[in-house]
Amino acid sequence: MNDLDMLEGAYLRDDVPEFRAGDTVRVHVRVVEGGRERIQVFEGVVIARDGSGIRSTVTVRKVSFGVGVERVFPIHAPIIQKIEVVRRGDVRRSKLYYLRGRSGKAARIKELRD
Amino acid sequence: MNAILGEKLGMTQIFDDEARAIPVTVIKAGPCHVVQVKRPEKDGYAAVQLSFGEVKPNRVNKPAAGHFAKAGVAPARHLVEVKVDDPDAYQVGQAITIDEVFAEGTLADVTGVSKGKGFAGVMKRHNFAGQGASHGNHKKHRAPGAIGACATPARVFKGTRMAGRMGGERVTVLNLEVVGVDAERGLLLLGGAVPGPKGSVVLIREAVKGRKETDRG
Repeated sequence: MNDLDMLEGAYLRDDVPEFRAGDTVRVHVRVVEGGRERIQVFEGVVIARDGSGIRSTVTVRKVSFGVGVERVFPIHAPIIQKIEVVRRGDVRRSKLYYLRGRSGKAARIKELRD
Repeated sequence: MNAILGEKLGMTQIFDDEARAIPVTVIKAGPCHVVQVKRPEKDGYAAVQLSFGEVKPNRVNKPAAGHFAKAGVAPARHLVEVKVDDPDAYQVGQAITIDEVFAEGTLADVTGVSKGKGFAGVMKRHNFAGQGASHGNHKKHRAPGAIGACATPARVFKGTRMAGRMGGERVTVLNLEVVGVDAERGLLLLGGAVPGPKGSVVLIREAVKGRKETDRG
């Protein structure tokens, strides 16, 4: 292990569950509003995981009041309180950008059965 | 001491207290040794010569080996001279470590040799705008355009910016914030980018122009 990995290692969190594109996750984000902190939950489908190590991010998409909303979270950022996996999806690719062009029934993802 | 030599290890990011991601360059700095102290009365100016980097003793030539032996320090790959105000504060053979030079929150200037870009065109080398992609342009999309007038002056002025060798030159970046100092492993974390490829040697000095207080963002 080189010095760069060691340095990153100190900032990596170890409570990240295993999840991949297609899974539905609930991301608990710390939000500071006027000096006080609260937790905001963002639940949606993981459409991409990018980067490696401390730079890794996850793109979560949900449809809110008919409008598609995507947020990119740095997985190891301290503003993330926790990530919960709600549902495992059965998909064949790692980036689900095709979901952006679909809505309703066409945007469904099969649930993974073991 | 106000300067130290180090090896650029690469870039990464860390999170600060306010959970912002800060891009940092990690430098393995020091330990450096004082090989020679130059004094105004003998050398005409005050400076300290620092050594850095391991080298096999059999690869060092006789004059250099003698120079290191006189100072009583192990032969090193790199030597650099740093101006100091008070040369009497340093002894030959003294080791300089990173925590003696920099503290978190201060500013640093970094000098290194930039990455070589080879023979580069004017768009990359001088930030020219290039020419149109369409409107009938033929094979001139990245060309510089005119380089001067016609019969007067009937020549191209010296210093006209054109394509040529780019990079591989000494570059100094001013006022990088010291984000962290790891004395145990000899690591220095600087906010932002530093010239040169990974593994290259850089000289880190106390900022000459920097503000004392830093306001990030």
